[in-house]
Amino acid sequence: MEATTYKLNVEEIRKDFPILHRQVNGKPLIYFDNGATSQKPRQVIDVINRYYQHENSNIHRGIHTLSQEATDAYEKARKTIQQFINAQHHHEVIFTSGTTGSVNLVASSFGKKHIQAGDEIIISTMEHHSNIVPWQMLCEEKKAILKVIPINDKGELLMEEFKRLLSPKTKLVTVTHVSNTLGTINPVKEIIKLAKAAGAFVLIDGAQAVPHTKVDVQELDCDFYAFSGHKMFGPTGVGILYGKEAILNELPPYQGGGDMIKTVTFEKTTYNELPHKFEAGTPNIVGGLGLAAAIDYMNKIGITNIEAYEHELLNYATEKIKKIEGVRIIGEAANKASVLSFLVDGIHPSDIGMIIDKLGIAIRTGHHCTEPLMNRFDIPGTARASFAFYNTKEEIDTFILALERALKMLL
Amino acid sequence: MNSIKEIQQEIIEEFALFDEWMDKYEHIIELGKDLPLIDEQYKTDENLIKGCQSKVWLHAELKDGKIIFSADSDAIITKGIVGLVIRVFSNHTPQEIIDANLFFIDQIGLQEHLSPTRSNGLLSMLKQIRMYAIAFNTQAKA
Repeated sequence: MEATTYKLNVEEIRKDFPILHRQVNGKPLIYFDNGATSQKPRQVIDVINRYYQHENSNIHRGIHTLSQEATDAYEKARKTIQQFINAQHHHEVIFTSGTTGSVNLVASSFGKKHIQAGDEIIISTMEHHSNIVPWQMLCEEKKAILKVIPINDKGELLMEEFKRLLSPKTKLVTVTHVSNTLGTINPVKEIIKLAKAAGAFVLIDGAQAVPHTKVDVQELDCDFYAFSGHKMFGPTGVGILYGKEAILNELPPYQGGGDMIKTVTFEKTTYNELPHKFEAGTPNIVGGLGLAAAIDYMNKIGITNIEAYEHELLNYATEKIKKIEGVRIIGEAANKASVLSFLVDGIHPSDIGMIIDKLGIAIRTGHHCTEPLMNRFDIPGTARASFAFYNTKEEIDTFILALERALKMLL
Repeated sequence: MNSIKEIQQEIIEEFALFDEWMDKYEHIIELGKDLPLIDEQYKTDENLIKGCQSKVWLHAELKDGKIIFSADSDAIITKGIVGLVIRVFSNHTPQEIIDANLFFIDQIGLQEHLSPTRSNGLLSMLKQIRMYAIAFNTQAKA
């Protein structure tokens, strides 16, 4: 892997994350479960606090000052997100409950409009359940066909196989940008180009990508891009669906309710314009504000610094863990984000997770909501350490020592 | 034969020797390693209790009015705890199992392993043990 440079003061950054200073089981917390959810900086927590203490009000409907302020703040948050992913219009940014909510929105609205019996939807072997099950449900309902891009043993998509799967029947290609289990960074730009050439629409699951790397939806030229707030240092319960204006305008609404309508009579209801057409009911207002605060925080550090530093952490951890006898890394793609999945010969990953938890270290064990991927590797699950920019090499050293201690007990 | 309550008290006394979680876990791991808990023929999908993290197999049969449980797990810590649970419940009548109160896991400080978020199949296994007891009891009465 290439050498990278960054400008980032991890000691200063750690001061912003209150939770990193607590103890777990009598030991200083080492949080390596960032792939599941990230921790929140004070700057995000403060926004949430301030909102409920000083600003709370419903948006888009009040005539009073508070409501106007809350509406302005929420719409400003949308613009912050728009700029972050470089969407052309702010109304192409739809607030949802998270990546899962975003994928389900597309499955429902896009499915109604575009999917018919015999149509094909292409996903990949390394998808999270949330980018598998909604499509299975849609295919079942519409009698459409789900096709799966296979991978090699390193955990890379077989692009030649993908090309073979594409046909005039392909209506949608939906793949993850970064695998939550393997860390593989998929060549999404190429995938999008190939899919478009075949006349298909493309949705990218960016839940694991947006926290770690620069995403430019116009440069990618994807039709939809989904991600979550809580994996990028923002609150839980908020996420984004980016969609191209022209495509979103053509789609029927997802859920019905307040805010998504223009006029309602018992005979006929007309729907609101973008983005409100897809945002029924009172949204997670504070979630949106918190997400924007998280983006401001990431921008302050600089996404290229984040990426370079995390890359260095991953390389450091990979080199160290490889020296332990019996360790097998699951996911050795040439292009990887800061996810280190591994197995140790003869040991169940959950035993490792339980013991190092007692040493204050939080990792994830299990199938990581990617059961088909586990079946592909013929393994029950993995132990997974996933790093964020507030982690340190010293923490990795402690983790390696804890892992060695656990293995001594278990073998 | 000791009662379910007495066996649990025995286990609590055994674990009272350990001050540190590390020693406790080492003991559980040893229990897990030592116990060939289940006959391979019973390691079937029917007997499988699938947790998100680890798998537990549980087999039950009625012998002379008592239920004999055997079990296994693919994770060693879970297997050790499963072994303790089997030691408590196996070789008792269905009615004794139905009436039993499980307290040793709490007392030896392993209650976190029964949390639903651990998803290790243990909680489901305990439910399954009770279901077997109820089923055998109903069978006996019929």
